Amino acid sequence: MKKLALSVATTLTLATGAVHAFDIVGSSTVYPFATVVAETVSKKGGVAPKIESTGTGGGMKLFCAGAGADTPSITDASRRIKQNELEGCQANGVTPVEIKVGYDGIAIANAKSGPDFNLTPQELFLALAKEVPADDGRLVANPYRNWKDINAELPDENIEVLGPPPTSGTRDAFVELVMDKGCEAFDSIKNAGPDEVKRICNTLREDGAFIEAGENDNLIVQKLEANPKALGIFGFSFLEQNSDKVKGASINGQAITFENIASGAYPVSRPLYIYVKKEHVGKVDGIEVFVNEFTSDTAWGDEGYLTDKGMIPMPADERQQFADDAKAMKGLSSL
Amino acid sequence: MNKTTATIRAGLARRYARERRFRRFGLGAIIVSMLFLFILLFTIFSQGVSGFSQTFIKLDVVLDEATLGVGPGATGEQLRNAGFAKAISQSLYTLFPDVSSRSDKRNLRALMSSNAPYRLMGIVMDDPSLLGQTYSGWFLADDDIDTYLKGHVDRSLPETDRRLKDQTLGWIDRLEAEGRIEKRFNTEFFTNNDSREPEQAGILGALMGSFFTMLVTLLLSFPIGVAAAIYLEEFAPKDNWFVDLIEVNINNLAAVPSIVFGLLGLAVFIQLFGVPRSTPLVGGLVLTLMTLPTIIIASRAALKAVPPSIREAALGMGASRVQTVFHHTLPLAMPGILTGTIIGMAQALGETAPLLMIGMIAFILSTPEGITDPATVLPVQVFLWSDSPERAFTEKTSAAIIVLLGFLILMNLLAVLFRKKFERRW
Repeated sequence: MKKLALSVATTLTLATGAVHAFDIVGSSTVYPFATVVAETVSKKGGVAPKIESTGTGGGMKLFCAGAGADTPSITDASRRIKQNELEGCQANGVTPVEIKVGYDGIAIANAKSGPDFNLTPQELFLALAKEVPADDGRLVANPYRNWKDINAELPDENIEVLGPPPTSGTRDAFVELVMDKGCEAFDSIKNAGPDEVKRICNTLREDGAFIEAGENDNLIVQKLEANPKALGIFGFSFLEQNSDKVKGASINGQAITFENIASGAYPVSRPLYIYVKKEHVGKVDGIEVFVNEFTSDTAWGDEGYLTDKGMIPMPADERQQFADDAKAMKGLSSL
Repeated sequence: MNKTTATIRAGLARRYARERRFRRFGLGAIIVSMLFLFILLFTIFSQGVSGFSQTFIKLDVVLDEATLGVGPGATGEQLRNAGFAKAISQSLYTLFPDVSSRSDKRNLRALMSSNAPYRLMGIVMDDPSLLGQTYSGWFLADDDIDTYLKGHVDRSLPETDRRLKDQTLGWIDRLEAEGRIEKRFNTEFFTNNDSREPEQAGILGALMGSFFTMLVTLLLSFPIGVAAAIYLEEFAPKDNWFVDLIEVNINNLAAVPSIVFGLLGLAVFIQLFGVPRSTPLVGGLVLTLMTLPTIIIASRAALKAVPPSIREAALGMGASRVQTVFHHTLPLAMPGILTGTIIGMAQALGETAPLLMIGMIAFILSTPEGITDPATVLPVQVFLWSDSPERAFTEKTSAAIIVLLGFLILMNLLAVLFRKKFERRW
């Protein structure tokens, strides 16, 4: 049967030649922005790419697999490329061009009818970690059940937080930006070995106070609306779209607003990148047009259409720098 | 009255009661499942029906040379670069002359969908005589406006909690009073491909993708499945351990979670054979693997149901075994085989999980025109939309589900009709 399938496959592929535009893979967080750019390019009469949402890690794997024509030309990432990924890329003859495109905020939100929250990373760590240091510095299973137990100024509500599963980039970013920061504030943890620190900081509690609610952020918003006592963790664009239903908590006294994320005052935000395969530039149609559109002021500028979709723009000088890098297609040789 | 009759009499009431109880349980089970089905359908339909209509705003666009930069007699290339966006903005400014600040003007422009200029360009390209005239026509409104007019936004909330501010609501009220806002049937939902703007998003690409994927699946799984069933049922030696092994494996395959077929497709078809990712071809191959067991099992059951006397009569008349099968057994078993095939195809049409593994979860702007063009399918489109932040995609998601359900019902109905029409009893 496989033989038949193979022969059918090869004949059909040969017959049609399988010519289509270039491929983009990568982060589901950048996906909504990359797709809008692609749509604009296509409306202007350019070549529209095919955009797959594979997640940052999966995208890197496909992108770095080689420089052949059947590999993706661009990968989206909601974090910077890792050293081992870059080495893998180079080993396969792939030179990535790094373009930072903007920022994404992560909201810790609850229903409009619920109390207002003003949290710090330490408090979030104490509320969500599996093990926390007791008064004498020893690690104990997380004893906190109520926000009030952590800080008397917090609302008198049971701790109940809905968040994404470990496969999600949002979860990675939350752990890195909130849990790690909150965790490092405790001297007793800092002195443990690096592996131990990582384990303590990155392990979320499993006793029901933190609930993995799936990858779908819309679902978390719906659940928050139904349960005003719960908090949820999801991307800023979902908060913006549902501003009549949910409100974001302030972190370190900074409200989650467009301006605060852009200025870096709101601490839970992460950079978004696209990586272009230098080997494909000039050989595959449409890459330059796509990158030019992405890095144009009408797209990623302060009032560009990407900001309408919830992306936070970079400061003007940073934009200029990355736009220049993009024009020159400057390859990334080391981190 | 002897003793046995007395015992039976005594137990009679209990037996009746048990029977009544069982009937009530059965009825209860049906009512509960119908209730769940009803709730499901009600939610989908109540959310999805509004997805088939869309809000339009009537604009009077002045197509003069000063705005567009091109006059009558312009070439197609010139028209492509003409200032249609400016013309749309101008027509809005004319409607609301009191709007002057930069940010207010930006908000005013946000009333319209971003495709309004492209639509206008299309209209003018079709009819260049409009140049220099004033064109009044209906253009798509932005999805925020549409969501509001469909009643999904509570106006009584404080202004800061709403996506639509008081200013915009004032503009909408005025447009409504002037009769410039209308909800219409959304034909673009069926003629457009996917879009990131909910008001412009359509299912044509996904429909075509589903069609090509199903075509590949049918062309491969039907002949292979039927041939396998005929061999196993009519020709394979009975009581052979190897045949038994194959049989067990086929039955097992029918129960394998579909995601496993996706992983297999990724490893074998894409990585080993180099079939292009995200295409109906590879999707069809994977779904073939998934559908085959269903078709084989159904076909074997149908072949088995043909009475042995027919085969014996044919053989007795001197027909060969192949003649017996193709002249007598197979035609009689065909209705059952077709029913099984249709049900297998319906299952494949609604399948998402294996397709996620082979890159069919993608944003594709062009309609697939063949089985090697990148494509997505209906259930994956549903998945993609349900994951989008824009509120208006909720109703699009449900609308796409309604279309998918429509096709599934159609296919299952077809299966029932086939059975009813061609069924034979011996």
